[in-house]
Amino acid sequence: MSELGGLLAPAVTRLFSDLVTKELIESAEKGAWPDKLWRALEEGGLTLPLVPEAGGGAGGTWADAHVVVRAAGKHPAPVPLAETIVGSWLLAQAGLEVPLGPLTLAPVHEGERLRLARAGGSWRLSGTASRVPWGAVAGHVVVVAESDGGPMIALVGRGAGRVTADRNLALEPRDTLAFEAAGVLGAAPAGPGVSAEAVTVYGAMVRAAQMAGALESLLEQSVRYATERRQFGRPIGNFQAIQHNLAILAGHVAAAGIAAEHAFRAADRGEPDFEVAAAKVRAGEAAGVGAGIAHQVHGAIGFTYEHALHFSTRRLWSWRAEFGSESRWAMQLGRRVAAAGADRLWGELTAR
Amino acid sequence: MSVFHFELRSLPPEAEAFRDEVRAFLRAALGDRPSVRRARSWGGFDPDFSRRMGARGFIGLTWPKRYGGQERSFLERYVLLEELLAAGAPAGAHWVAERQSGPLLLRFGTEAQRERFLPQIVRGELSFAIGMSEPDSGSDLASIRTRAVRTDGGYVVNGTKVWTSNAHRSQYAIALFRTAVVPDKKHEGLSQFLVDLRSPGITIRPIINLAGSHDFNEVVFQDAFVPEDMRVGAEGDGWKQVTTELAYERSGPERYLSSIALILELIRAAGASPDPRAAEVIGRLVAQLTTLRQMSLSVAGMLQAGQNPNLEAAVVKDVGTTFEQSIPEIVHALLDLEPTLDSGTDLQQTLGYLVQRAPSFSLRGGTREVLRGIIARGLGLR
Repeated sequence: MSELGGLLAPAVTRLFSDLVTKELIESAEKGAWPDKLWRALEEGGLTLPLVPEAGGGAGGTWADAHVVVRAAGKHPAPVPLAETIVGSWLLAQAGLEVPLGPLTLAPVHEGERLRLARAGGSWRLSGTASRVPWGAVAGHVVVVAESDGGPMIALVGRGAGRVTADRNLALEPRDTLAFEAAGVLGAAPAGPGVSAEAVTVYGAMVRAAQMAGALESLLEQSVRYATERRQFGRPIGNFQAIQHNLAILAGHVAAAGIAAEHAFRAADRGEPDFEVAAAKVRAGEAAGVGAGIAHQVHGAIGFTYEHALHFSTRRLWSWRAEFGSESRWAMQLGRRVAAAGADRLWGELTAR
Repeated sequence: MSVFHFELRSLPPEAEAFRDEVRAFLRAALGDRPSVRRARSWGGFDPDFSRRMGARGFIGLTWPKRYGGQERSFLERYVLLEELLAAGAPAGAHWVAERQSGPLLLRFGTEAQRERFLPQIVRGELSFAIGMSEPDSGSDLASIRTRAVRTDGGYVVNGTKVWTSNAHRSQYAIALFRTAVVPDKKHEGLSQFLVDLRSPGITIRPIINLAGSHDFNEVVFQDAFVPEDMRVGAEGDGWKQVTTELAYERSGPERYLSSIALILELIRAAGASPDPRAAEVIGRLVAQLTTLRQMSLSVAGMLQAGQNPNLEAAVVKDVGTTFEQSIPEIVHALLDLEPTLDSGTDLQQTLGYLVQRAPSFSLRGGTREVLRGIIARGLGLR
């Protein structure tokens, strides 16, 4: 863990443990914006880890950001914190000013396009982005848009596009934003190391870390339940069948965790596509198996809304598909490896 | 809960520089041998190759120079091991001696034992077997019954060891015997010995595996004499000594790379522009591979730092062996291909070899069930 990350970890854990309560998540699921939580995150300096200090950020690294994103997935904070971290980095890389308040990212799916064009002295944004996290609530949207001169980063204010509200399985807002020659607050060519795919790549990276955090929570909840719940006169965790399932879960937690951290380290080196693909695939596989085991261990109580387990499992079921599913990323990684050839694979792995 | 933690590690520059040296050596030593031979990996027993390794200073890399070692770091040794495995080098003639026997002597052996055995291991001239399991003691290792009873100048040994890999082609074994019977305390009264496998009273019988190969043996002791100075460590410390080194055995790259030859053949078969199904399969395999490598490296880093990551090592072995065992299954699911022994393509033969080997991956060095029990204990469940 990085030095700043090491300092951040206990502070982040304390903040989330205090503020991300069951009541808070439930009220967010009903549509309330957790303003107090967001302010605490901003005041704690956790929302802009990668923005230079001169721009109001922490001047840190992706390795530092990893600590925050993973904790946000573990607890699970119903705010676009991961999106703000990526969005503010994209803005800072492009030399654009980073506004206060929550940001979101506009993922571009197959068949969708976002395009910037000059209109007089200003840039205008057109096109549609779907499944935008907190698209209607976040103060600003960061987009990577096509232009005649290559990929550009643009900042769009809330309300610039037509909103069609929707949500994911965890009842987190996932809105569609349709822009028709909408005005932008700032636009600049994408910064160094930022490709046209940047929103998908870095979005997948933060989702992998959030999944790793949620999986950690599943393991903790399941182990606790298995030691508390008694059947046949003893804690169910005494039974080998339960023990072995939890050991399998532990393996997936460990694998997802290190895969995600590996991707963040690669992001600090630049061009993390390989590691992000691996992390999204590995964390996604862990999500499927892990949620299954956690529910099996919890029995019927874990299937109720009253129990908190589903706050993690419903997120895992959605997050594994957001910013590209395992199959999409696995295909991309597989094509890359196959194109380079079998004899290059080991060298490729050991260079990372 | 932070019962286990896998911290991401980077290899130091000197380890990466060393990697180039190892790759050049392996390219020259292995040439263009087919994947089916590479798949044998450290199951391949080639004394000549081990002597070449020794001549290059590649055995006992971390050991003190006074015994012929290089005093290099565990991370450099890690690089050496993963390169050997990725290339499928036939490292079996020195594998156990280098991984277990030598380190055991360094930790618990006498100076005389070290001076006698370590330089020979370093030169690649000495092979070791491991005498642990018995007909009635597999996973329940502490229940072993082979007795070593004190006599003039040493011990008289009676009993039977099984699944003793390479006993028929090794000079020595490190064996665990019962030197005292302590009622209701089976972990006590165990001691480790260096056993000269050519001694009178020792009979080595082959146990042929399902594929028709002779790797392991039954080793019968009938009033076999083991001199006092061949005991390793104090009498009764055997269990403690055996369990101390488990992290080295369990987290290494040999716990996830056993099927890499088949993965590479699969990628070759898929070609430079694989269909979507093959591309996805390859992508998932590579995602697992790169993740397991980081997990295994993480444990290597903990070992280098002097920690004792037994729990993390058990996790790596469980996840790693599950992965390497799944590869033949994945190939079957993707390709219309019959595994073969003597005919067919290199891919078919590699599949034929590994599909028959794979069941052993989650048995050797501690079964999957034992490992999951260890992990569950680490989680606080037992």
